[in-house]
Amino acid sequence: MLTSIKTNEFAGSESKKLAMMYFRVAIILFGAQLLMGLIAAIQFLAPNFLFEVFDFSVARMVHINALVVWMLYAMIGSVYYMLPDETGIETVGIGLGKLAFWVLTAAVTVVVLVFIFIQVGSGTESSIWLINEGREYLEAPRWADIGIVVVVLTFYWNVFATYMKGRKTGIMTVMVANLMALAGLYLAGMFFTDNISMDQYWWWWVIHLWVEATWEVFVGTLAAYALIKIIDAKREIVEMWLWIEVLMLFGSGILGLGHHYFWIGTPEYWWEIGALFSALEPVPLVAMFVHVLYDWGKEQGIAKAEGKQGAVMKNGPAMAWIVTNAFGNFLGAGIWGFFHTLPQVNIYTHGTQFTAAHGHLAFFGAYATILIGMMYLGIQGAYGIDRLKATFKSKMAIVLITFGVLGMTVALTIAGYEQVLVERAELGAGWNAFFVAQNLPWYVQAQVWRAIMGVVTFVGFIYLVWDLLTIGKKEQTAA
Amino acid sequence: MANENENLSVWTSISFWRRSAAWVTGFAVILLIWLTFDTMGQISMGTDADLKKAVAEKKELNRVPAPTVINYHIDYKMSKRRGHEVPVIGPKEPFFGKEWSPKEAAALLHLGKLTSQAKNCMDCHTLLGNGAYYAPDLTKAWLDPAWQKGGPMQAMTGKNTKEEAMAEFLQHPSQYPTHARMMPNLGITAKEAQGLVAFLKHMSSIDTNGFPRNFSKTVDQFKTGGSNAH
Repeated sequence: MLTSIKTNEFAGSESKKLAMMYFRVAIILFGAQLLMGLIAAIQFLAPNFLFEVFDFSVARMVHINALVVWMLYAMIGSVYYMLPDETGIETVGIGLGKLAFWVLTAAVTVVVLVFIFIQVGSGTESSIWLINEGREYLEAPRWADIGIVVVVLTFYWNVFATYMKGRKTGIMTVMVANLMALAGLYLAGMFFTDNISMDQYWWWWVIHLWVEATWEVFVGTLAAYALIKIIDAKREIVEMWLWIEVLMLFGSGILGLGHHYFWIGTPEYWWEIGALFSALEPVPLVAMFVHVLYDWGKEQGIAKAEGKQGAVMKNGPAMAWIVTNAFGNFLGAGIWGFFHTLPQVNIYTHGTQFTAAHGHLAFFGAYATILIGMMYLGIQGAYGIDRLKATFKSKMAIVLITFGVLGMTVALTIAGYEQVLVERAELGAGWNAFFVAQNLPWYVQAQVWRAIMGVVTFVGFIYLVWDLLTIGKKEQTAA
Repeated sequence: MANENENLSVWTSISFWRRSAAWVTGFAVILLIWLTFDTMGQISMGTDADLKKAVAEKKELNRVPAPTVINYHIDYKMSKRRGHEVPVIGPKEPFFGKEWSPKEAAALLHLGKLTSQAKNCMDCHTLLGNGAYYAPDLTKAWLDPAWQKGGPMQAMTGKNTKEEAMAEFLQHPSQYPTHARMMPNLGITAKEAQGLVAFLKHMSSIDTNGFPRNFSKTVDQFKTGGSNAH
């Protein structure tokens, strides 16, 4: 993929070239995320590892921030990639788009270097502005927040102006409306308050309304675009499904926000509202899963009826990742989320390894998968390949990464059970209860398995990068 | 195809689903905004006057009390009416040997909250249950029997009060190891440590609807490993 930037054959589409630049940074940050995760996993087992040099809090902060940022990069890349196809015209402000890319990349580099080398500040406003905001997922200091807003506005202007000028498909209508909400929500996380309940109330507006509402709709639009692109799915059917998904995702996800308001000082009525709407959140995820498989089967059936030989899909690895997305989203976000979304369960599971288990499978299943799929679409376009087939490396990548993340999830779920029953139910959640649970042999064993499965995931990642770097050239020569 | 289908059935009509999506989303957003206004009213920080009134009349307190709550004894008791534990504000007690005026208490809480963010507490601990899972939850850390008189943490630091023991630990955490997993030295100053303890004490007074459950233990129960489950 790195070389594909130089040799790409996009018939003059600067927007798609820009997309590849975003994908390139995304994959580097994905690697950083996994490395940081490995450090943190080792620290659970060997607490002296890098103690007071590169503490768990630092590794964990970079782990989750690299995750969010690589996904945003891949999301922006995906939008720039689909814009010319959907609107039928070239993106209007490509120069501005490139400038924004370099500004964002420079800012991300500075933020990461400060996180790694300066780590923490004194208890003053300037620390929040310059070093670390100290709010999980939104640790980026305030100056970077403002920079992100400016860059995102530039990106949004590009998308909006291109949409207004070009063809207005249903997919792009959803994309434009959804991106506005996604970008606007970031503002809810950009203020300081002494009131921790108020702090977390608005903090969840960003986190939840991103990952359980607007990001999910974003995935719906990507899947719709990719299905048309890969298996020639009928636009009318895909777009009808997309509107149904928007209805169900926003209908459940917006008020599903209530499941984060059970215990942060907010009133009791959130128990009922959060439980009801978040319990409905898996429904659209089932629908999305059915939709992808149904469309695939239908298009294959039509091709067979017409007497065509072979598979209908034009991009094997991308389709494999999109099917993994359909299943992973349902399993990780849907099932693993539902496990502990009711307040009767959540009062014990809130803030345990159970949450970590859900987080790993949901971010992977719902987002990582489809964004990797989009990268394969990019490779196909960059090399002008009609039919991209999976290589041995593509298969190793998807099998090892999926198996690794599933393994980590199962291990963390077991650790979570131990923690919930012993720390929360039996011993009563205090300092001592916490450490008793952390030192249970089965808990430690689960953490060992988590680390092993983390390594498996990382090996899969190496295959993925290797494949992305080579598959285009190989397939191009073969064709 | 869409046009043909529109005539056949509403279920395959794109415009029907588009309109439904817009209405449902709009309704959810309006409901969320309405609930947000109500919640904002309930979780805004109370005033010192509210606090005094609630203590004098033994009435229910704001969900998030004034910073001057650090001047009072705080407990966490089973409420029969609500079916879970709730913070109970008791008589006044000195905090770092004095009573803090509303202005001083607010400034101390401000320093504590800022420090909690600047030192990135949330990427090891959980606050109100949110954060990372490498270190104990801090929601009710102020009420933890380990820090009370006779508790192991207070004894280890050699201090005579809960707040001094916590502040001492926060400044030199790796001098007081309890387990192989330790808190790193984060360069917390004496003043910042006071602020952090005020922040923790204030947080323990927030009405969290009974989270964490089963926390209200005495030192004796704690020592025997007994449970207080209901």
